[in-house]
Amino acid sequence: MSDNKKWYSLDLGQNKQKEATASCGCGKTEGSCNSQKTELSADEFYEAAINASIGEERHRDGFEQVFDVKMDRRTAFRKLTASLLIGAGAVSTSCSAVIDNKTKEKAQIDWEEQFKGNYKLMTDEEKQGTINRLMRSYELRTGKNISMTAENAEEDVLFGYAFNISKCQGYMNCVSACVEENNQDRNSQMQYIRIHEMKDGQGFKFDNADDNYYHEVPAEGHFYMGTQCFHCDNPPCVEVCPVQATWKEEDGLVVIDYDWCVGCRYCMAACPYDGRRFNWSKPEVPENEINKNQHYLGNRMRKKGVMEKCTFCVQRSRKGKNPACVEACPTGARIFGNLLDPNSTIRWVLANKKVFRLKEDLGTEPKFWYFMD
Amino acid sequence: MGRFKVLKSLVIDSLDTITKGSKKYHIWMGFLTLVMLIGMYCYSIQLDEGLSVTGMSDRVSWGLYISNFTFLVGVAAAAVMLVMPTYVLKDIDFKQAVLIGEGLAVAALIMCLAFVVADMGGPSVLWHMIPGIGVFNFPNSMLTWDVIVLNGYLFINISIPFYILFRHYQGKEAQKKVYVPGAVLSVFWAVGIHLVTAFLYQGLQARPFWNNALLGPRFLASAFAAGPALIILVLAVIRSFTAFRIEDKTIKKIAMIVTVAAQINLIMLASELFKEFYAPTHHSESAYYLFFGLHGKNALLPWIWTAIPLNILATVILTFGKFRNNLKVLYFCCFILFAAIWIEKGFGLIVPGFIPGPYGKIVEYLPTKIEIGVTIGIWALGAFVFTILAKTAIGIELGELRYKNKNSSDS
Repeated sequence: MSDNKKWYSLDLGQNKQKEATASCGCGKTEGSCNSQKTELSADEFYEAAINASIGEERHRDGFEQVFDVKMDRRTAFRKLTASLLIGAGAVSTSCSAVIDNKTKEKAQIDWEEQFKGNYKLMTDEEKQGTINRLMRSYELRTGKNISMTAENAEEDVLFGYAFNISKCQGYMNCVSACVEENNQDRNSQMQYIRIHEMKDGQGFKFDNADDNYYHEVPAEGHFYMGTQCFHCDNPPCVEVCPVQATWKEEDGLVVIDYDWCVGCRYCMAACPYDGRRFNWSKPEVPENEINKNQHYLGNRMRKKGVMEKCTFCVQRSRKGKNPACVEACPTGARIFGNLLDPNSTIRWVLANKKVFRLKEDLGTEPKFWYFMD
Repeated sequence: MGRFKVLKSLVIDSLDTITKGSKKYHIWMGFLTLVMLIGMYCYSIQLDEGLSVTGMSDRVSWGLYISNFTFLVGVAAAAVMLVMPTYVLKDIDFKQAVLIGEGLAVAALIMCLAFVVADMGGPSVLWHMIPGIGVFNFPNSMLTWDVIVLNGYLFINISIPFYILFRHYQGKEAQKKVYVPGAVLSVFWAVGIHLVTAFLYQGLQARPFWNNALLGPRFLASAFAAGPALIILVLAVIRSFTAFRIEDKTIKKIAMIVTVAAQINLIMLASELFKEFYAPTHHSESAYYLFFGLHGKNALLPWIWTAIPLNILATVILTFGKFRNNLKVLYFCCFILFAAIWIEKGFGLIVPGFIPGPYGKIVEYLPTKIEIGVTIGIWALGAFVFTILAKTAIGIELGELRYKNKNSSDS
């Protein structure tokens, strides 16, 4: 991975990874430094076994795994035998009457997931059913557990967001926090938030702004402004979806059912705010960087060929927490809260600041306001 | 039961017809098959790796596939220009051309559907769109309207010629009271498919380049120029390769339609250009990008500046009856007009809609080889389908395929 990636330049996952490897100086490739193998728990043993067998290759894609591996004849032979065994296993499971329970369960889950309905129309039991299947499927595939929830919108909650243009310095901690929190594809460097660097004295000239800068901030003579999905009250993207795979929840969040989306990208064309992203290839997140606290409508793992977008971190906001971007912002430029709560900060901002929204003439009614000190 | 027997015999006979032919015919079909296979190979790569193998990105999220889809809807709609005079106004000049026109519509619609499927991120979950099993967001989403009108039009354009050919196959006359209502319906339906497809883009307030009232009417005008132009070219080929009689008179009448539609299209182009460039606003930036380039980005300039002169040249030449009635000149004009409108209504319409992006960001789009491979493969599929349909239809119309004939020879 190049060092040029925006969210890695901001003290992120890669650095953590480095720390982890750097902390071990013994140079051993398997097991722990102290070789306390006898004390390994089942999970750790499993992990160690995987490390020993495939190790580095776990982070490579299929092509590299197959062709870009230096191996001697013995390893090659061993791998060939292994793959033959796997192949034979696959054949026997598909033909034999006594199928391994796990395989059977996996097939059952895949089948039910392929033909499940639209999340929007599911009852609470069905919602629980699908997240249980997804968690179990993850466990079966990786041997690790994730926690996924399906909380519905609470009563008397309408989420809104305000952005203080005077405070933002363009550090982009919000961008990196968002990428980490929401398990976005690392290969394509997908980001929900864009920070536009604008020149002082020119006003809001988005077309002259740079939303892809790699220099030290705050840059002299510039100011910064962030955009993301504005969770419009009258969202054009929702209207155009041919299968209702995207909709506005009761608490105002515009969400997507990743499993129902057919990938036509009509919503992308309909969004005036560049708020939507598409998975052009299979999203990849290194296993150790995956955020395992997930919500069905939020940061669970996506697949290739579906839309995704900012959900105001539904997995956090419905638990009463701030979205990751708000929490990460070092300047306090980002304010999030319940618009229906008269004592919330966001209501104070709306009442006491001269707020405005982008492209109000389009009638989309964003729930995302800008203001200045 | 008798009907099924006839149907079975028709299927067998037409299979017999389409697998037999001259050497040129076999080379043509073999060539199309090869191109289709290449297209399928490219599509398999796309299925495997995702749409990242195309030139599309988050900034320009529709490209060559949707461009071709849009253009081909127009070609399909153009069949109506032949149906109306023949069936409704009882103008017999067109009778020969109409079956060809409807065959072309069927092929174009199949290509449309193939392009849409090729553009989908998740073709395996397309059943989500089937009403009843899935969720069909009707009437809110224009895409669902498009699904309805395109499939309905496909049904009409298969059933009418099928009925006529089925009757002719048995040596009977087709009954007017059966097919004329369908033909009348298809006239309105054809306008519908193109208007609805235009509304797909026109209804997006996010894209000022598309969000203008002239888009729909201009779609119709350009479609009624490009579609019949293609029909003229196809008729010219059929005339020289088969025994099917097509009068000069017929071709000249279609040429008249092409001319009028092309003239109206030019007037609308002028109106559009005036609006964009007389008092340019922020919303004219896409047009600026298309015609002159923006901030040094000018990938579309060679395309549009090929299309506009060709369009004007063809329209001017066609306007003079002396040139138009010279078949060689006519074929040339139809060809350049078709190419010009393909660029204008495809690439020149879809791509600038995304450039500049919602916040003024300019990211250019160029199709990749895989994308081009799939596209050419789908065009080959269209040509393949059309050749099969035309060969059967011509066989029946010429009397080479007859139910009775076969029975008497058997007994």
